[in-house]
Parts: sequence; structure tokens; C-alpha cells
Amino acid sequence: MSELILENVSRWYGNVVAVNGVSMRIGPGVTGLLGPNGAGKSTLIHMMGGFLAPSSGSVTLDGTPIWRNPGVYRRLGLVPERETAYDFLTGEQFIVAMAKLHKLPDPVAAARRAIGLVEMEYAAGRPIGTYSKGMKQRIKMASALVHDPPVLLLDEPFNGMDPRQRLQLMDLITRMAGEGRTILFSSHILEEVERLASHIEVIVAGRHAASGDFRKIRRLMTDRPHIFLVRSSDDRRLAAAVIADGSARSVQLTDKGLRIEAVDFQRFTWLLPQVSRDAGVRLWEVSPADESLESVFSYLVAR
Amino acid sequence: MNGTIAMITFRAMLGRKRALLLLGLPLLLLVLAVGLRATGNDDLDVSAQTLQRFGLATLLPLLALIAGTGVIGPEIDDGQIMYVLTKPIRREVIVLTKLVVAIVLVTVFAVVPTLLAGLVLAGTTAGLTPAFTVGVLVGGFAYSAVFVALAVASRNAVTIGLLYALVWESLLGSFAPGAKSASIQQWCLSITDALTDASPVRSSVDLPVAVTLLIAVTAVATFLAAFRLRSLPVASAD
Repeated sequence: MSELILENVSRWYGNVVAVNGVSMRIGPGVTGLLGPNGAGKSTLIHMMGGFLAPSSGSVTLDGTPIWRNPGVYRRLGLVPERETAYDFLTGEQFIVAMAKLHKLPDPVAAARRAIGLVEMEYAAGRPIGTYSKGMKQRIKMASALVHDPPVLLLDEPFNGMDPRQRLQLMDLITRMAGEGRTILFSSHILEEVERLASHIEVIVAGRHAASGDFRKIRRLMTDRPHIFLVRSSDDRRLAAAVIADGSARSVQLTDKGLRIEAVDFQRFTWLLPQVSRDAGVRLWEVSPADESLESVFSYLVAR
Repeated sequence: MNGTIAMITFRAMLGRKRALLLLGLPLLLLVLAVGLRATGNDDLDVSAQTLQRFGLATLLPLLALIAGTGVIGPEIDDGQIMYVLTKPIRREVIVLTKLVVAIVLVTVFAVVPTLLAGLVLAGTTAGLTPAFTVGVLVGGFAYSAVFVALAVASRNAVTIGLLYALVWESLLGSFAPGAKSASIQQWCLSITDALTDASPVRSSVDLPVAVTLLIAVTAVATFLAAFRLRSLPVASAD
């Protein structure tokens, strides 16, 4: 079990602050590093991967600093965002070379295992230059897995993948996490993080905006209006009752049902069944309309 | 020295169009030598001038520039260096391996052609051929080390290297005697000068100074490259 710890980490380039006083602990399981483009995700991953010195603060893996410590790569696998690999090598040659660079006892066997993990056996004999984006992403993944590291850092791993490849990679990441690995991946695509990560760290404009379970983060923002879609036996009557009750800021009648903007998440979810029962209306469906990371983002950015 | 890094680097260098560039210049030198020989223009004076002007002063720095920057520059530019840097390998080993590959390439594409051209032109007369071969070989070490360091330090390594080789060494060297002494070319020429009694070969730098400076420049450049690679900043995509 490995733990990556960032303590009060900042990084600036000249006068521009890219990352500002971020502290986080990343433990076993899948952690999603989430933020809009330009938020400082790559800068953070580069510091965790030992490619950038923090301007202040410390980044450590199980107590040892990562910066200027190549020994740390025995326990760390990194999948860079850029899609370049050595195009003139075949997939297998590339992974075997990576295994040799790690000085593994049986590089060929280790390479086969890693290629098998990402299901690239069928193309292992072809030069990487002929691979599609998704295939390159998977062979890069194999290169990071070849030495079986307890910690994996993935910078925007799903970029350029088609939906099927995306699902495959999600399965693989979930499996790796199930084996007790510490996995961190960055993304600006909401569904990916939502589907995959048990834990989320949100970075907005270089600052650590939120941390924790996605739904918990969402709940924490009680001062934020939540939008629900509600279908019922009598939408008009329910709308009147909800407005009268005062737990909603606005109610809109739409073709698909009621669109209710609640002021207080918990109060609303607790009161809605009572209000509808008192009004004699049957609830057919209550679904949060904006329980997506997009809305969390825009809220955090606006705040 | 790391065999895997060397293998990848050789394949990268010889698989690209760059390989044609590596091959073109030495071929030109050989064609020139054969042409001079065939037309009877191969007296000692012309031979020495050809080996110095074309071999030592042009072929060597250009080849070393292509090889020295080529072994590591493109890899840094397109981020492939990440795959090497994320391994438990000391940075010194990476730099030394890259340097050895560059020197091997310079030997194959500059030192050997100089030797062949020398044999065609002057045979073994006045020790001219071995003297130039050794001069170019020693220069290959120094130039390669400087250009590898330059490629690690700057993305404009090729431009800076060209400016140094063409403007500083060739152009300024012919006007300002001071600039002439501060040039790898002159230090190599000093060694060549000491090894041959052919009168056209003259260097403005004394042998002990030249040898000391060559060793110092090679060592300092190698050290700086390794030091710089330890903290190579990666261009952030953010």
C-alpha cells in the first residue's frame, strides 16, 4: 500500500502561479484529479512524477521525496499525456526495452504480461508508428505497468480513445485498483471521473477546490441551488405545493415534468415526499438534473 | 553506459532521414578526394588543405552537430525522453550513453571518411593521413560533448551550434586571432600539426594548451549535460 502525499505544494512560472498551496493524500484505490483545462492538473502530475520541482512545499511517496530521486520509479509508473512513443519500435520491442531499463530479471516475460494486461497482443509485432491513438495509449499504459508498480499516475489517459477502448481501460484501471494499487488519473471529462474514481480531488485555477467522494462534495455545497426533474401524477398541483412550501426557489413546468430549483438539497429531498403526499400527488420520478461534474465545476469556478 | 538506451538511440538516428544527411557529407569528401587524385591535383599542399578545410573544419563540426544534438534533442522535444527518465537510471549514465552513441556516429561518418580520403590523397606521406585522423577523432569527442550538452540545455541547439561552427570558428576565426584560439577546430589542428611534418598544417595554439582545453571542454560539457538532465523541466501542457 503506497501513499502519495502533497504538502502545501505551490508551483509558479515567473509571475504566473500554476499551483497554489495544494495539500492532498492519495492512497490506494482510484483517485480522479479533476479540473477544467489549464487548472494546473498537468503541473501537479508532473510534480508527482518527478518532472518538476515544487516551488514550495513537498511531494513525497511513502515518505521519500520524488524530486531528483530516480529510485522512486521502481514504485511509480507514469503515463504521460503526449502520445509520442518510439514510433520506429514495435509494441513488443518498446515494452521489452522499458523492462530492460527497469533492469527486471526477465524482461521478455514482464513485457508479455504487461502487453497482455492492456490486451495488445494482436498488435505487439507492429511498429508503434502504425498504431491508432487508443492503441498508443494502451501501449503507453503497458510501459508504465511493466515493472508492476504500486503507484500509477495517468495524465489524461482517455484522450483520443473510442468508447469501447475507454470501457476497456476503465475496466483495467478498476482491476488494478482492486489489487491494492494507488492510481491517480487526471481528466477534464466528467463522465470518466464519475464512473471510475472512488475519490475525487478537484483543482480549479491552481487551487485545491474540493476533495472527497463526488456525491459528498456535491452535498457539501448546500448553498448551491440543486435542480431536480420530477414527474408526478399531477405536475401542476405539485408545483403549487412546492412553491407554497418554500423549499424551492423556482418551479418550471416542462414537457418532461417539473424542473425544480431547490434551495437546500437535504431539506428538499426530505420534504418533497411529504409535500406531495399532503397534496395528494403521486411521485413517479425524482432525479437530480445537474448531478454532473460540469455543474460542480461551473459552480466552483464561479465561486 | 546502458545498452538499451544505446540501441534505441542508434535506431532513432539511423532510421530517420537524418541518416542520409549523415551519409551525404562524407560521401562528398570521398568523391572530392577521388576527383583530385584522378585529375592529378593531389600534391601534399592541396591534400592538406582539403583534409583541413573539408574534413576537419566542415565535415567534423557538422557531423558532430547532427549526431550530438540528434541523439537527445528530438527525444526531449517530443517528450519521449520521459520513458527513459522515469526509470531508476542515473542521469550520468543516460548522458554518457548518448555521448558514446554520438561519438560512434562521428567516428563512422567523419573519422573513417577522413582516413579514407587521406589515404586516397596522400597515402602515408609525411604522416598526414594519421595526423588528420587523430585530430578529427579527438575533435569528435569534444564537439559531441558540447553539442549533447547544448541539446539538453536549449531547444535551439542546432541553431546555436551552427552559429558557433560557422560564424565563430570559420568566419571570426579568420579575422580575430583571439576567437581563433578559443575554438575546438584550432585545438584539433594543433594536435594534427604536432603529428605531421607537412608544412601547410599550422595551428595558432600550442599543443599543451590545446590538449588541456580539449579535455576540459569535454569534461565540463558532459558534467553540465548530466546536471541539467537531472532537473530537466518538462513543458507543461497546461
